[in-house]
Amino acid sequence: MASDYASSGEYIKHHLQNLTYGKLPAGFERHDGDVLATTTWTFAHGANEVQAMGFWSINVDSMLFSIGLGALFLYFFYAAAKKATAGVPSGLQNFVEWVIEFIDNSVRGSFSHRNALVAPLALTVFMWVFLMNLMDLLPVDWVPYAAGMAGVPYLKIVPSTDPNVTFGLALSVFALVLYYSVKMKGAGGFFSELAFQPFPKFLFPVNLLLEGVGLIAKPISLSLRLFGNMYAGEMIFILIALMFGGGWVLGLFGGVLQWAWAVFHILIITLQAFIFMTLTIVYLDMAHAEHH
Amino acid sequence: MNFNATLIGQSITFVIFVWFCMKFVWPPIVNALDARRKQIADGLAMADRGRNELELASRKAGDHLRDAKAQAAEVIGQAEKRAAQIIEDAKQAAREEGDRQLAAAQGNIVQEANRAREALREQVAALAVAGAEKILRREVDAQTHADLLGQLKAEL
Repeated sequence: MASDYASSGEYIKHHLQNLTYGKLPAGFERHDGDVLATTTWTFAHGANEVQAMGFWSINVDSMLFSIGLGALFLYFFYAAAKKATAGVPSGLQNFVEWVIEFIDNSVRGSFSHRNALVAPLALTVFMWVFLMNLMDLLPVDWVPYAAGMAGVPYLKIVPSTDPNVTFGLALSVFALVLYYSVKMKGAGGFFSELAFQPFPKFLFPVNLLLEGVGLIAKPISLSLRLFGNMYAGEMIFILIALMFGGGWVLGLFGGVLQWAWAVFHILIITLQAFIFMTLTIVYLDMAHAEHH
Repeated sequence: MNFNATLIGQSITFVIFVWFCMKFVWPPIVNALDARRKQIADGLAMADRGRNELELASRKAGDHLRDAKAQAAEVIGQAEKRAAQIIEDAKQAAREEGDRQLAAAQGNIVQEANRAREALREQVAALAVAGAEKILRREVDAQTHADLLGQLKAEL
C-alpha cells in the first residue's frame, strides 16, 4: 500500500519497475550495499541494477503475464474451434464467432488482397492486446502486494505498459510489412517506391529521406501509441491509489475517482486494441499494394 | 525506457501465437460459419420453394374444385332435364291413354246407344205392326200391307 513507502515518489517508482532478471557483473554494489564477489544472475532491485544488466536481461513479469494472457485467449478460442459446428452454437462458440466475425469484417474492410495470414494475425493482435490492456483494470496494488508478501520484489501486471512488449509486437508487424513489400513488389519495386516518389527521380535523396522516415514511423508510432496510452492510464491509477493513504475522506474520493477512471478506461483499452489491429491490417495492405 | 531481451521474447511469443491461431483456431471457426451460412441459405431457398409449391398446389386444388362444381352442375342440369323429359313423357302417355279410354268409352256408348236404338226400333216396329195388325185385323189382310210395314220399319 502507498503508506508502506517512504515517499509517494518511491511508491510510484516501485510500481513502474518490472521484475527484471539478468546478470550483474562482479564488483557491482547492490541496492543494500553488498558488493558482488562474482558475476551473478539475479532479479534487479531498483533502476540502477536494471540499467547495469543491459540488454541481455528479461522482464519476467511482462513475459509471464503476456504469455499467460495469450495462452488464455488461445485456450478458449481453441476449445471453441475444436467443437465448432454449423449447427446451433454453444455460448462460448457464439462469443468466439461474434469476435471472429467482427475481425473478419474489419479485415475485409481494410485489406483488399488475398492473404490467409492477415485475419488470424489481426485476431491474435486484437485479443492479445485487449487482454493485456484489460489487466489495467485490476486495482494497482492487489497483485503486486500479494506478490510482495510472497517474496517477489517487483511486479507489473499490465504487459502493454512495458515498451518491450509493444515494440516486440510492432517490430514483428514491421518485419511482416518489409517481407510482404519485397515479396509483392520485388526488392527493386520496393526501393523505387521509396526513392522515386513523391518527387521526380533526380530528387531521390529527398524522396528516400521522406519515405524512409514514413516507413520507420510506422512501427514506432504503432508501439508508442499503445505504450503511451497504457502507461499514462496506469500512471493515473497509481496516482489515484496514492489517495488511499490520505485519510478516509481522500480515500473515498480516490475510490470514486478510481471507479470513474476505470469505466472510462474500458473504452481506452478496447479502442487501443482496435487501433493496433486496424493499423496492422492497414500497414499490411499498403505493403501488398502496388502504388500508394 | 529500458529495452532488453524481453523484446525478442515477446516477438517469438507473438509469432508462435499467430501461427497457432492461423493453424488451429481461425480455419475451423470460419469453416463452421461458412457452413452455417450455406445451411441457412439452403433452408431459405427450400422454404421459398415450399411456398411456391404450396401456392401451385392450392391453385391446382382450386381448379379441380371448380371443374368438379361445373361437372356437378352439368350432371344436375342433365338430370333435371331428364326428369322433366320423363314427366313430360308420362304426361303425354297418360293423356294419350286417357284419350284412348275416352274414345273407347264413347265408342261403347255409341254402340250401346245404337244397339238400344236398334232394339227400340225393332220393338217400336213390332209394336206398330202389332197395333196395325190389331187395326187391320179388322179391315185388312196383313199380307197385303207387309210392304207398307216394311217400308215404315226402315224409316224408323
